[in-house]
Amino acid sequence: MARQASPARYEFIVIGGGHNGLVCAATLARAGRRVLLLEAQSRLGGAAATREFAPGFRVSCCAHLLHLMPAALIQSLELESYGLKFSARGMPTTALLPGGASLELTATGVAAGAAAGEAGAYLAYLQRMRRFARALAPLFAKAPLRLGTADWADRWALLRLGWRIRRLGRRDMRELLRIGGMNVFDLLEERFESDALKGALAFDAVLGTNFGPRSPGTVLTLLYRMAAESAGAEAALSQPTGGLGAVCDALARSAAAGGATIRTTSPVARILVAADRTAGVELESGERIEAASVLSSADPKTTFLKLLGTKYLDTGFVRRVSHIRARGLAAKLHLALDRPPRFAGVDAAAAKGRLLLAPSLNYLERAYNHAKYGEYSAAPAMEITVPTLNEPGLAPSGKHVLSAIVQYAPYALEAGWQHERESFTRRCLELLEVAAPGLGESVLQAELLAPPDIEREFRIEGGHWHHGELAFDQFFMVRPVPGAAQYQTPMPGLYLCGAGCHPGGGVMGLAGRNAAQRALAGAA
Amino acid sequence: MSSAPHFQKPLLETPFHARARALSQVDSFVAWSGYSTVDVFTSVEQEYFAIRNATTLYDLTPMVKYRIAGPDAVPYLNRLVTRDLAKLNTDRVAYCVWCNDAGHLIDDGTVFRLGESEYRLCTAERQIDWLLDSAIGFAVTVEEVTAEIAALAVQGPTSCAVLKSAGLGGVERLKPFEIGCFSLAGHSVTVSRTGFTGDLGYELWMTPAAAEPVWDALMAAGRSRGIRAIGSRALNLARLEAGFLSPNVDFLSAEHTLRTGRDRSPLELGFAWLVDFDKGHFNGRRALLAERRRSPRRRLVGLDVAGNKPAHHALLYARADGRREIGSVTSAAWSPTCKRNIALAMVDAPYFRTGTAVWADIYLNRELVWERRMSRAEVVERPFFAPARRRATPPAEF
Repeated sequence: MARQASPARYEFIVIGGGHNGLVCAATLARAGRRVLLLEAQSRLGGAAATREFAPGFRVSCCAHLLHLMPAALIQSLELESYGLKFSARGMPTTALLPGGASLELTATGVAAGAAAGEAGAYLAYLQRMRRFARALAPLFAKAPLRLGTADWADRWALLRLGWRIRRLGRRDMRELLRIGGMNVFDLLEERFESDALKGALAFDAVLGTNFGPRSPGTVLTLLYRMAAESAGAEAALSQPTGGLGAVCDALARSAAAGGATIRTTSPVARILVAADRTAGVELESGERIEAASVLSSADPKTTFLKLLGTKYLDTGFVRRVSHIRARGLAAKLHLALDRPPRFAGVDAAAAKGRLLLAPSLNYLERAYNHAKYGEYSAAPAMEITVPTLNEPGLAPSGKHVLSAIVQYAPYALEAGWQHERESFTRRCLELLEVAAPGLGESVLQAELLAPPDIEREFRIEGGHWHHGELAFDQFFMVRPVPGAAQYQTPMPGLYLCGAGCHPGGGVMGLAGRNAAQRALAGAA
Repeated sequence: MSSAPHFQKPLLETPFHARARALSQVDSFVAWSGYSTVDVFTSVEQEYFAIRNATTLYDLTPMVKYRIAGPDAVPYLNRLVTRDLAKLNTDRVAYCVWCNDAGHLIDDGTVFRLGESEYRLCTAERQIDWLLDSAIGFAVTVEEVTAEIAALAVQGPTSCAVLKSAGLGGVERLKPFEIGCFSLAGHSVTVSRTGFTGDLGYELWMTPAAAEPVWDALMAAGRSRGIRAIGSRALNLARLEAGFLSPNVDFLSAEHTLRTGRDRSPLELGFAWLVDFDKGHFNGRRALLAERRRSPRRRLVGLDVAGNKPAHHALLYARADGRREIGSVTSAAWSPTCKRNIALAMVDAPYFRTGTAVWADIYLNRELVWERRMSRAEVVERPFFAPARRRATPPAEF
């Protein structure tokens, strides 16, 4: 170092100030490295931000619950001492059913509702799925292994995975291998009678995906979610005080305390390359910043095709990147309400939790049918929260916010979102009116974020929350594509650290942390 | 031009087909890239000796042709192929190879620079998907123009004289790999001094409508200089003497192989001179750099085999005892001009060094009785045949 005339001011540049970018920057900074984080928007958080959508009304703009971020990560970055607080933890899930009925799903069994007779089957199912999830969970906190290499670490990781599955015991191992490639529709049909229960359980398998319950591989997406939860706080749905943006604020404070420099309103125009190595970034303002390593939490298509440029990459790699399936199907509905919504058949405690509108498997499958043909669902499925019931401060006094993930709302709508936005919003309000009579007239303002809006606002190509479909062919050691699945990319010094790589999306932060560890090992 | 549905007669006919059909004495046609083309007109030997002693016409219309144009044509091509095409001037041709990400050969071919930002890529295999995927992020258009351009190779020591007497004044000034535009039989014809014979020769590019008039004019002009139509078999013998590789014979496209280890890198195939590591990034560069750092595992070399029995498909051994297998022959022939028994072979390290003696296990069928012969072979430099006339400008008058 002493011989270098002027060492670059930063060793690492992190592109994107969403939760993964922030976790990455915090991990690097706390390891004593010189880090600069660049965020395009004026606020941090990316798709995990809290923002005002109507005067005085604030909402988490994409995900609205925290349940995937591991407790160990929260502790190691000291997020709670940097201001992370929760206004609700261990929130219940309640399925809204036709005719004003409801079904509450708890972590231990079906507490109330139509499917009370299936409590035993539900518990057995839940315990078994959790055992599977726990066997897979250790994969999340590490870079994926590679197949066909001579590297002992890869072989060891494969052996350990095999051993964990074998250690489930003969019956469980057989069952895991049997259901691993199945669809969730068939799995639930085998186990349960109640439409309401099956609909609610299938919802988690298709949330945020381009799948219906009959789509192959949906058991995997469900196990993935459960594994992420068990790596996190085991199904402990939480609402951070101040919305999801507060998580990012705490992350930013943790990173800054570690010495990271954070700049907002600094969109990166391109990644600089010199002598076939990453050399830094150029901002849209024209400013150039040098660094030997760049970690991009932007989605893989944006990172490779826009920021780096195909001229530095091989055709086969570019082909794989451009084929990543990354078109969003989930929309976000935000309602400003002048009084609390009253969901029929839902008590006060349940109303503070997560409400699902997916009353049967066929309801979900039919909702998905439309998406295949470029239409929005005539009867969409929804995950609804009313965050102001837990934290009144998100809205003016006495007023409320309803936040709902609505699917399916395909990115490429045949008729175009500019023509269909209002009719889809109206359709959602009609369904909500049935579930919560009187809600319609309490709506002061409504905002719908369709996938193209998510693409524009959060700079995610395709508007997919997970930066790419979570499916067998885009999962684990092939996520996002072979050649970039261990966070390193073909361009030396460039790493991916966003939801597009393992272990994927959701407000989890592990992609950012795994990437930071890989970059530290690479730059050491 | 029959009215039969395409699936009943799946092979296309080239614009020269009627002329070829009229001259074919042995009715030997083969499929080539979806076209019916002549394998042998009369006899391989007769046609081969016309290549080396007179002038030959060879219909290469089925050669796959792509038009590549646009402001990013140069960066696009430079990322595609291993050679530095920024150095290629207008009206010049460059022989190139291109690789996949792993640095394994997809194909070889020629790039014609027809204008400031207009190129033609001639290839053995169709690969529009690879070319279009390579265009992601580049301002270029890529389209296949195979059927729009009739192509005719005019090769042999008297070819320049034949073209001149057909009215192509000035063709003698074309240097190797140079392109010129001429008029012949009332049609405009693009002439490049290129070919696959290793001899003096030209390739003529024209519209399909010009094909028959051009053929007739050349046949008339070349009558006194021994002009003859040839098929693919005679050409294959000439290309082997010239040391040229034949796709699907001496190497397989990395896009087509299924088994691991069957792909070949340009370094293994002796194309290191076509790889420019200093020009910036190109497909396979990082893999080839890594390969260059390792010691080479195998290499394609020329062999001079004892005796006169071609070593077709022969396995190669380190010693005459046939215990240690070290490679195999990909192309072999008795060379009538060199009077040598020549072959191209893929040989493992360290046996590929020039001058190394290896042993070829040759199987001979002598009147339905198979005999086996272990013949000594020596690794030799390519090409086997390289007459000065192939480069002379202007070429000598014949």
